[in-house]
Amino acid sequence: MSKELSGKYWINNAAKIGSNRAFRNQQILLEKPDLTTDEFLVALYREIGMEYPKWFKMDRLSKLGMLAAELVLGMPGGNLADPFGSAIVLANRHSSLDTDRKFVEQLKEIPSPAVFVYTLPNIVTGEISIRHGFKGEQAFFIDDLCPVDFMVNYVQTLFEEGNTHTCLFGWVDILGEQYNATLYSVSGVQEDSVHSIPFTSKNVYQYFDHEQGAVS
Amino acid sequence: MNREQLVEELKQQIIEQLNLQVQPADIVASDPLFNEGLGLDSIDALELIVLMQQKYRIKLANAEDGPKIFQSVDTMADFILANQTPQAG
Repeated sequence: MSKELSGKYWINNAAKIGSNRAFRNQQILLEKPDLTTDEFLVALYREIGMEYPKWFKMDRLSKLGMLAAELVLGMPGGNLADPFGSAIVLANRHSSLDTDRKFVEQLKEIPSPAVFVYTLPNIVTGEISIRHGFKGEQAFFIDDLCPVDFMVNYVQTLFEEGNTHTCLFGWVDILGEQYNATLYSVSGVQEDSVHSIPFTSKNVYQYFDHEQGAVS
Repeated sequence: MNREQLVEELKQQIIEQLNLQVQPADIVASDPLFNEGLGLDSIDALELIVLMQQKYRIKLANAEDGPKIFQSVDTMADFILANQTPQAG
């Protein structure tokens, strides 16, 4: 388990999507065990009332990340007080392999340009940025397991450098029918006395590991 | 296939190829495909070139002709009818 890091920053909202269930701040929003992954993602899109036609053109990694970001950040429109001070730091295990495989399959004929443009994992950060107006630091890390200690340190360093005031942070991974998105919004301000918890490796681990994203 | 049938087929093909969330009846054949019309972007333009090649076996000889050819469903239909070989389609 991780060492405890500074508690100067706060996780204000968190969302978890996996195994055909979606949670926001530990409250279940949707559970559809009988659907395929693609069907579940569309069902969640409809459930949260997202209206963004471009979502349907995205690859599955971006679709998943966009939905998780929507759960954490809410609908776009003034929810980022400082776009240039808003960072995105994500990680996953399978990079863009889900889309890479689809593209390789298409090489037998004429590959789709719309598939090709998603053959990088960090495209999801760009899609979230366009939708929600992020203009600050961005990073995307790839590792076998979520490198929580490293990422928490990385985000704290961003905060302490002074240019970053909020950060969308977490894990977005998909390959075939296996997927998991766990995102957190982190800032120096405690926004909510009920849901806000200190931004520590322990709390990030606990939320990430728990089936429903519960924290103590 | 007559021109009217081709226009209807093109609407369906565009919706499928570009994953658009509209019905064929929502697309006016003379409306612009880009900007104020269906709001397509540069990647969609590439997808339309692939559609033309894959479905209708027509390769664009000059990229500069693209904006004229892909101005609307009507202009796409006219271009296909003028360039399609008898066995294609």
